[in-house]
Amino acid sequence: MSQSPISRGFRGRGRSGDTVTRVPPGQRLVTDFPVLSAGPTPPVDLANWRFAIDDGDSPVGDWTWGQFNALPQTDLTVDIHCVTTWSKLDTSWRGVTIDALLEAAGLSEPPGPFALIHCDGGYTTNVPSEDLVDGKAMIATQFDGETLDPEHGGPARLLVPHLYFWKSAKWVQRIQFLDSEVPGFWEENGYHIYGDPWREQRYDGD
Amino acid sequence: MRETKSLSAPRRLQWMTATVRNVIDETPRVRSLVLDIPGWPGHRAGQHVDVRLTSEDGYQAQRSYSIASPPEAPKLMLTVERLADGEVSSYLAGDLRAGDTFELRGPVGGYFVWTAALGGPLFLVGGGSGIVPLMAMLRHRAAAASEAPATLLYSSRTQADIIYHAELEQLAGKGDGFRLVHTLTRDRPPGWGGLARRVDRAMLEETGFAPAETPRIFVCGPTPFVETAATQLRDIGHAAHLIKTERFGPSGR
Repeated sequence: MSQSPISRGFRGRGRSGDTVTRVPPGQRLVTDFPVLSAGPTPPVDLANWRFAIDDGDSPVGDWTWGQFNALPQTDLTVDIHCVTTWSKLDTSWRGVTIDALLEAAGLSEPPGPFALIHCDGGYTTNVPSEDLVDGKAMIATQFDGETLDPEHGGPARLLVPHLYFWKSAKWVQRIQFLDSEVPGFWEENGYHIYGDPWREQRYDGD
Repeated sequence: MRETKSLSAPRRLQWMTATVRNVIDETPRVRSLVLDIPGWPGHRAGQHVDVRLTSEDGYQAQRSYSIASPPEAPKLMLTVERLADGEVSSYLAGDLRAGDTFELRGPVGGYFVWTAALGGPLFLVGGGSGIVPLMAMLRHRAAAASEAPATLLYSSRTQADIIYHAELEQLAGKGDGFRLVHTLTRDRPPGWGGLARRVDRAMLEETGFAPAETPRIFVCGPTPFVETAATQLRDIGHAAHLIKTERFGPSGR
């Protein structure tokens, strides 16, 4: 990075305090909550909402909205990092951890090493199974103490805060565990297969 | 949703040095930058780049900007709106001048893309500087001599805020199947022939194509604009997978 040409006259805001220790390279802090989606926001329909876990093509668990909300709920306060370079600190979420979902499905561990997340509207994203367990990820239904707004993924979105935020897929419906890695929507469109913000894995090949 | 297969790029997108050849003031707050980029690999209309600025003390800031030029143009053009507290935009659309250099890499994004080979009808809905990737599509359409039916519904605050105004009028005057509809949200100057209200469902129904014609729809603008327009387009009956969106700026909350 030392060979980057100086942009004449550019000063910028610099980095200080939390920005140094908690904001990954190439990111900046925001206080609002930007929205990015590839298409229209799907309408909320809690009466017909379902969440499912599949082992390959075999269903191993599924829940209605009422059943899902009766599962053990967990609160999580985390920093989030969007590939479009904004980061937001101390965001608070409530939902059901993937650990709790697996347990509710009678599984002691993910039935495959890779997961493909399926969402309303056909959006998918891939995450290694080990990144979903041990309290690292949840299906979130509340943000900041309130019902999750549809444009932010409500009724429910995946939350995998240690990866770039496109992995925290909105309007989530199903986690499909697989034996091999299948790239999701953005991953097929030039974005990184894993997406670690601290290694700045934004695009394919980073 | 996976109709666009990536042209899988196995190698890392490299940072390249862009040299500013020309700056064009499009409106009081919007500026186009015409760039020389040795080794630029080419792009498709609708894609964007990441720009990285480096200060003398080594501080870096990066942001994404849509490409305004078509693949056929010899030089890459970015169009940047100067935001009130924009750390990068206030430099790119402010201090920057011809001869200056900065880094960029790309092209990025394989989804919000239109190529002439995809055909039409094409319904473009832009708000403010959301016009930029849509303009790349219209310039590509013209350069490729495509006669795919195309409509642009373009919402600006005032007449002075209309980006690419003269060029859009010229494209609309060619009689090649492109129709241009302006709407202004803040004022209606004397003699204004376009619409003068926020984009709404009736406007989308009257200016766009019928759902039965299965237009490819691209919506770009500030988040509330895109959120509203995309939802209304779906309510009108357009299939969600044909409505592609790109949002920018704060959420408004």
